[in-house]
Amino acid sequence: MSAHSHVEGQLPHEPEKATLEGRNKILGFWLFLGGETVLFGTLFSAFLALRHQVLDGPTADELFDLPLVALATALLLTSSLTSVFAIHALHTNKVKALISWLIVTVVLGLAFLGLEIYEFTHYIHEGHGFTTSAFSSSFYTLVGFHGAHVAFGIVWISLIIMQLMRKGLTVVTAPKTYIAGLYWHFIDVVWVFIFTVVYLMGKVV
Amino acid sequence: MAHAHTHTVKRHSGLMDWLTTVDHKKIGILYLIAGGFFFLVGGLEAILIRVQLWKPLNDFVSADTYNELITMHGTTMIFLAAMPILFALMNAVVPLQIGARDVAFPFLNSLGFWTFLFGGVLLNVSWFTGGAPDAGWTSYAPLAGTTYNGQHGVDYYVLGLQIAGIGTLIGGINFLATIINMRAPGMTFMRMPLFTWTVFVTSALILFAFPALAVGLAALMFDRLFDANFFDPSGGGNTVLWEHIFWIFGHPEVYILILPAFGVISEVVSTFSRKRLFGYSSMVFATILIGFLGFMVWAHHMFTVGLGPVANALFSIATMLIAIPTGIKIFNWLFTMWGGSIKFTTANLFAVGFIPTFVMGGVTGVMLAAAPADFQYHDSYFVVAHFHYVIVGGLVLGIFSGLHYWWPKMFGRMLNETLGKWTFWTFFIGFHMTFFVQHFLGLLGMPRRIWTYLDGLGFNEMNMISTVGAFLMGFGTIFFLLNIVTTAFKPQNVPADPWEDGRTLEWTIPSPPPEYNFAQTPLVRGYDAYWKEKMDGHSGMTPAEPLGPIHMPSPSILPFFMGVGLFIAALGFMYAPEWGNLFGSFKMGYAVGIVGLLVLFTCMVLRSVIDDHGFHIEEDEILKDMGGKA
Amino acid sequence: MMKRWHYFKRLAPLMAMMVLVLAACGRADLSALNPQGPVAEEQFGLMKLTIGIMLIVVVAVFAISLYVIIRFRRRKGDKTIPKQIEGSHKLEIIWTVIPIVLLVILAVPTVQSVFNLAKDYSKDPDAIQVVVTSHQYWWEFEYPDYGIKTAQELIIPKGKTISIKAKSADVIHSFWVPSLAGKIDTNPGANENMMYFSAPKEGVYLGKCAELCGPSHGLMDFKVKSVDESSFDRWVAAIQEPVALPSDPAVAAAFESKCLACHAVGDMGGPAYPNLTGIGSRQSVGGILVNTDEPKYSNEGSVYDNLHRWIKNPDDVKPGNQMGKVDLTEQELEGIAKYLSELKLNYEQ
Repeated sequence: MSAHSHVEGQLPHEPEKATLEGRNKILGFWLFLGGETVLFGTLFSAFLALRHQVLDGPTADELFDLPLVALATALLLTSSLTSVFAIHALHTNKVKALISWLIVTVVLGLAFLGLEIYEFTHYIHEGHGFTTSAFSSSFYTLVGFHGAHVAFGIVWISLIIMQLMRKGLTVVTAPKTYIAGLYWHFIDVVWVFIFTVVYLMGKVV
Repeated sequence: MAHAHTHTVKRHSGLMDWLTTVDHKKIGILYLIAGGFFFLVGGLEAILIRVQLWKPLNDFVSADTYNELITMHGTTMIFLAAMPILFALMNAVVPLQIGARDVAFPFLNSLGFWTFLFGGVLLNVSWFTGGAPDAGWTSYAPLAGTTYNGQHGVDYYVLGLQIAGIGTLIGGINFLATIINMRAPGMTFMRMPLFTWTVFVTSALILFAFPALAVGLAALMFDRLFDANFFDPSGGGNTVLWEHIFWIFGHPEVYILILPAFGVISEVVSTFSRKRLFGYSSMVFATILIGFLGFMVWAHHMFTVGLGPVANALFSIATMLIAIPTGIKIFNWLFTMWGGSIKFTTANLFAVGFIPTFVMGGVTGVMLAAAPADFQYHDSYFVVAHFHYVIVGGLVLGIFSGLHYWWPKMFGRMLNETLGKWTFWTFFIGFHMTFFVQHFLGLLGMPRRIWTYLDGLGFNEMNMISTVGAFLMGFGTIFFLLNIVTTAFKPQNVPADPWEDGRTLEWTIPSPPPEYNFAQTPLVRGYDAYWKEKMDGHSGMTPAEPLGPIHMPSPSILPFFMGVGLFIAALGFMYAPEWGNLFGSFKMGYAVGIVGLLVLFTCMVLRSVIDDHGFHIEEDEILKDMGGKA
Repeated sequence: MMKRWHYFKRLAPLMAMMVLVLAACGRADLSALNPQGPVAEEQFGLMKLTIGIMLIVVVAVFAISLYVIIRFRRRKGDKTIPKQIEGSHKLEIIWTVIPIVLLVILAVPTVQSVFNLAKDYSKDPDAIQVVVTSHQYWWEFEYPDYGIKTAQELIIPKGKTISIKAKSADVIHSFWVPSLAGKIDTNPGANENMMYFSAPKEGVYLGKCAELCGPSHGLMDFKVKSVDESSFDRWVAAIQEPVALPSDPAVAAAFESKCLACHAVGDMGGPAYPNLTGIGSRQSVGGILVNTDEPKYSNEGSVYDNLHRWIKNPDDVKPGNQMGKVDLTEQELEGIAKYLSELKLNYEQ
């Protein structure tokens, strides 16, 4: 019952699930995302509980600039789409396309991160620092945790791109690429919630 | 791709073997040693608490030290003793019970252990650096905030638990994936031994409860280290928010602890009654239900916080509901013994002692669920009595039972039964002496967590009884240690099924099992797989595969260094205000912190980039093992 | 036989409990088992109901355990294999349904009581309104309707409903008078709480802080004193009367400069720390030094001795309290202790 039962050189249809290690990785990663959901759920709860405690700082309505955030949202959503193309390339065993789509994903992620950093520095100039109020602390913590996830994802996918270039698509690299794709979708979904709960609701109520 | 078994991997020995091992059985032993050590530390703290309270207006320890002791006792016992010892049993037993060669993520298993250990060590370092955390194990803000707690104590709590918590979360995911993906052929979910089932549900609870704690601790850390305002009322923060976050984690945590103990009791009672577990499927159902309800009842820790009558009524009822699946379990155990042939080994004494003891803890739980009455019980010694009945009378008796039961499997040596019985009786009687009277102390008006009490209030005699009981429990623990030490010098000659009534797969393989557990993966034909084969007249399991080389994961030192990195990072960020500047206004502490994180991330990158091909144990080595043990 | 005896030992605590319950329910001024007011009585009633139901459960489980352990223990050399039973639907339904019935019996009065105890008396003109503010480690009691503030000793007219609004000035504490009512947390910030209770009988009831609040959490005691209505009215009047400074000018100067900066006496001084008006007629100093002319325990003494001890070094009595040692000469210390011990409010007859 060797784990490496595939024929040398020929990649199975779903290479990420070809080995027990690969299947474990994917299952384990789904479970991890379950935990991450609770993590962000708790952060959202804390934010919702504290978002009206602005003290002397600016309110959400005064602060947020929706067009900029909408642009960031568009970038991240597009990167989710490109990561889908990447996984499609993985399934059709097109390594070059896979690597290219991953690079596009990383670039879009970087652009998103750049906008977020710009946004944060802008807020700090507006008098909305991390220590200003309970609202500001919970805002930066929630959005910052997400930003840190994006940054981690960028580094991770970059490492995977390097490995794909060096080792090609194998039953070892395939599950890694696949779960990085799952991760990227997850942080995208979280961002949709942040956009709704933090920014849109901040403008409305 | 090169064939894996052409790789030669260095198999370490001695200390290096223990630092790099990814073998779940060895990691289980590491968890046992570390958890056992912290159990002794927490026990010593308990004894000091009881000495302080043995007479009124005592000043054996100062009020400050007392608060450090209660905080560290609670935190240590829950996070650093109880959970790791459970992880020891889980690691030692679950893969064997499901017929697996390993856990799903051996590397992460090792990482989980080392982060737990370094987190635990970090927490206890606080004793030597100017003061342990002293805001209670619940660490309620604002008492735990910098305004009222300017020392570093609570920083250690926040960071130590965060690091240890990562380890726990990893462990939870690992066991979920292991149980879902690694079962032997024929081992369907409804054929899994009950211990494995409870570990499964516990792991799910860990997965969904610990991230909440991680967020709470991170927020409190931001409040303390970076002046955030989550729980600081003067900055618009909300102290009740901390209580919610803590208990949304904290209540499931209680079930995380007790469910595996339920599993142990189910195995032990069934084995030593020579009888199939009564109502197996209702036991599984009850376990899942308890796990589910565990998330619905957190606010019963907060009845006096002022959540309003609607919330209090709902949480009262939800809490009472838990009594139903718990009751199902109790009666199923009793009827497993009913009509059986009960042998009172030490393991079974602990299991049988567990049942009435846990019932007493359970009924006080239902009493506490009635919110208006809880206004009287809450934060009094009644609560102290209740949760010690559940955690010591439930969990610790369960752990002792499990350790006596699986000791021969883990170490290949039987624990001494005479010393075992001494352990049981001193611990058991000491336990009831210590905590039974505390119900009444609470009802008579003694609040919990008080450093001392005035004379003439009617508390004196019962406090003295309680202290004597605590010493008896201490003696019980010493008997257990003696037992371990004397046993360690005996030859390793225990057969595969030392209790002779083994029912599950772990008893089909040598004690201790070889590195690869099963020379051939067994074919499981029913619940109580081994017992079924025995009853059908077979001497062992039918193999599900031919004998062949077995693929093993490589050992790795990376998890150890990842723990070290986190440890260094935590100290750096904690002491940044004191350690001055490295250059310009850049703080020395931050530099140290970043170095620690770099160690962590470097290890992660190495792990990602370097493929672990593992190695193969060849057929002849396996055959030699089999011959040697036969 | 050995096992049977061991089992008896296990039951012994239960019997001890019965004896305890029957023999003593603790001090009438402190015990939740000896309720002195309708709220504590209602809670005690619920306790008795739950204890009763739970005793049924405990006895049933103990009886079955005892029977099983004795009846089905393995004899030496017994190799028989008992019948392997999968379960029994009938039994399983029984031990699911019976607990549900017991819980319903318990849940109905619980819910009723939850809502009953949450009644709002804050607008009731017949109730006495009290704002309780907790501090590390003392209690402030404000009567907004009378415009008065006092500390450590809550004076109430007997029989009247006392409507409490509870909050904290620093960390979380919890307001608990076991013999009159269960506790309510005092939260900092905007999370103010309400509760009510009453004491039909005259007397002094002991109150405790029930939430860890720092080193002296266990020493943060207070008293609730229930008096007849005319005494209460006299107290309300007396506490608002002006108070003379110490007659000795040196003591008066020290008192003005060292004490009145934080404490209030009559219409003098600051409001930040416990109001000392009438401290000489209180039950205790600092909440825990009990005033009595026949001291039995180390925390007891005459009013003067207690005040002297407290002022000399408050940290000895309540570690971590905010008063700190005040720089006073022995003469000043004695003079102030004497002056304060004579600050009595004569409202009881």
